[in-house]
Amino acid sequence: MRKVSRLSRFNIASLALGLGFLYLPILILVIYSFNASRLVTVWGGWSLRWYYEFFGDRAMIEASWMSLRVAVASATIATLIGTLAAVALSRGERFRGRTLFSGMLYAPLVMPEVITGLSLLLLFVALNAERGFWTVTIAHTTLTMCFVAVVVQSRLGSLDRSLEEAAMDLGCAPVRAFLSVTLPLIAPAIVAGWMLAFTLSLDDLVIASFTTGPGSATLPIRIYSEVRLGVKPEINAICTLVIALIAVVIVIASLASKLSSSQGESAAPL
Amino acid sequence: MTDELPRTDAVANAAGEMHPAAGEPLLRIEGVAKTFGTFRAVDGVSLDIKAGEFFALLGPSGCGKTTLLRMLAGFEAPDEGRILLGGKDIAQALPHERPINMMFQNYALFPHLSVRDNIAFGLKRARLARADIATRVAEMVALVKLDGLEKRKPDQLSGGQRQRVALARALARRPQLLLLDEPLAALDKKLRENTQGELMQLQRRLGMTFIIVTHDQEEAMTMADRIGVMNAGKLAQVAGPRELYEAPRSRWIAEFVGDINLFDAESKLCDGHRLIIGTRDAGTLVVAAPRQPVGESRFSVAIRPEKVKLSRRGPVSEAGHETAINRLDGVIADICYLGGTTTYKVKLDTGGVVQASVANSARLDVDAYSLNQQIVAWFTPDDCVVLPS
Repeated sequence: MRKVSRLSRFNIASLALGLGFLYLPILILVIYSFNASRLVTVWGGWSLRWYYEFFGDRAMIEASWMSLRVAVASATIATLIGTLAAVALSRGERFRGRTLFSGMLYAPLVMPEVITGLSLLLLFVALNAERGFWTVTIAHTTLTMCFVAVVVQSRLGSLDRSLEEAAMDLGCAPVRAFLSVTLPLIAPAIVAGWMLAFTLSLDDLVIASFTTGPGSATLPIRIYSEVRLGVKPEINAICTLVIALIAVVIVIASLASKLSSSQGESAAPL
Repeated sequence: MTDELPRTDAVANAAGEMHPAAGEPLLRIEGVAKTFGTFRAVDGVSLDIKAGEFFALLGPSGCGKTTLLRMLAGFEAPDEGRILLGGKDIAQALPHERPINMMFQNYALFPHLSVRDNIAFGLKRARLARADIATRVAEMVALVKLDGLEKRKPDQLSGGQRQRVALARALARRPQLLLLDEPLAALDKKLRENTQGELMQLQRRLGMTFIIVTHDQEEAMTMADRIGVMNAGKLAQVAGPRELYEAPRSRWIAEFVGDINLFDAESKLCDGHRLIIGTRDAGTLVVAAPRQPVGESRFSVAIRPEKVKLSRRGPVSEAGHETAINRLDGVIADICYLGGTTTYKVKLDTGGVVQASVANSARLDVDAYSLNQQIVAWFTPDDCVVLPS
């Protein structure tokens, strides 16, 4: 490892500016969530009042519970399908239209959410599906699946194929070779993919508002509709909790992918 | 697991149940071919390998040797031909159904498993009892001298140690046939030479059949009982190391295996068991007549550099029969000192260039020749080979 050179004054300044630009608004939101005052912009001393308020607000709690359930369900389904797609694309025999298929898999990455949401809404209406938990979950699965596929496929791509061959050579049928060698090695990427899908689903407002039905609002929808009537300090408290949850998940995801890449180095030939 | 049903228990079979009858080869490759797209990687290879043999597949990169090895391991299915192991056709069998193990070029050690678990991997799949696995692993660890490293992960090992783990893992199932794909390519020169010796000893001690793939002709010569030279998907020659070097079947093989001087023949005259050949570059040469008579086709005279002698005054008289000696006059044009030997390039008065490799048998340079020195290069007819072009 080369010794990291000391930061110059210019670097410190640009770093502070960049981080401040990104995180100052969030920091203010977090601080104001502990504000005792009823007015959002006036500081009235420290208090946990708005957190109590939130836990007493049934509609908000229900929306949070809905969001969590959707996030867990859609992340799990997306991880399953996304991993299978990644395996098929990087391990399967070359089939006709493979490039087209992988291109189509990644399309939701760049597709405007409004379009994805609208098209799903049209589909659900055409199918006469009752909109609610399952329609949002399906919509979020289509959104997040491609992210999982990208993460897992890049891990599979860096994995030496001869590892699987060695497993087969040592007596494993192909499926067994995948389960006992490939799967443990890509597991960190799968975990990272799940975490990513979870946070994406938790965050999403646009697609959820297209595909949800009456009485099953997710947390972002609930917050958005509250804010339109004027910002209540309670919102700050909820947002702080969401930020904390997402921060934890992202830290775990990055730790998982770090673990994954350090194992990858040892898998590479000398 | 249902996918394990068609299990060929390599470990149980190693006792000899599948061993071929006496005289029959362990492995018979019959007209095997493999095409990738329009590229014919392996083009009709037939080969017999006896039990207990150390066989080397030698060839430049892209000659098809690795593809052939992968077909033996079961990672590729041949498009044509049969692969018989102990009389049974295994050409279409899956890798896990064959009593064959392979040592991979990059070792392919499982990074998430310890040394012990890497070696035990194949034994667990063979459904050995726990105690038997432990015994076998201990045996293998001792065999490749890895004692004390059983709990390490592959990334905590040196290159040489990884190579040993890979070897132990491939040997643990006691395969009827061990395939080694460039097993020493990742090691440095000294370690490679030591490991060559150890591999040979191991092979003899275990009495196992080894097939090694290599592009390094010295490695093949050192280790193998027989060498199959491959070129463009075909077996060019199968012979022992000495025969391959001293009696190559074609000009291509002669040039691929070691260094050689080649002179294109322009005319020939038979004189009993001698041929008198006129060449443009080296004048008239006398060579021993080859066993197969040379037809009217074009051919060349070949002589290895270490068989060309140099002298200031001409052939030493003790050689006696001077009429039968080829004598070429020239000047030293280039000197390449290699430690044990020195290679001189001699520019001949007839226009050609001949390389001579001289052993540095004395420490002081009294015997050495200097640049632009007048010299006589000479060699006997028996040291020449006649090769079709």
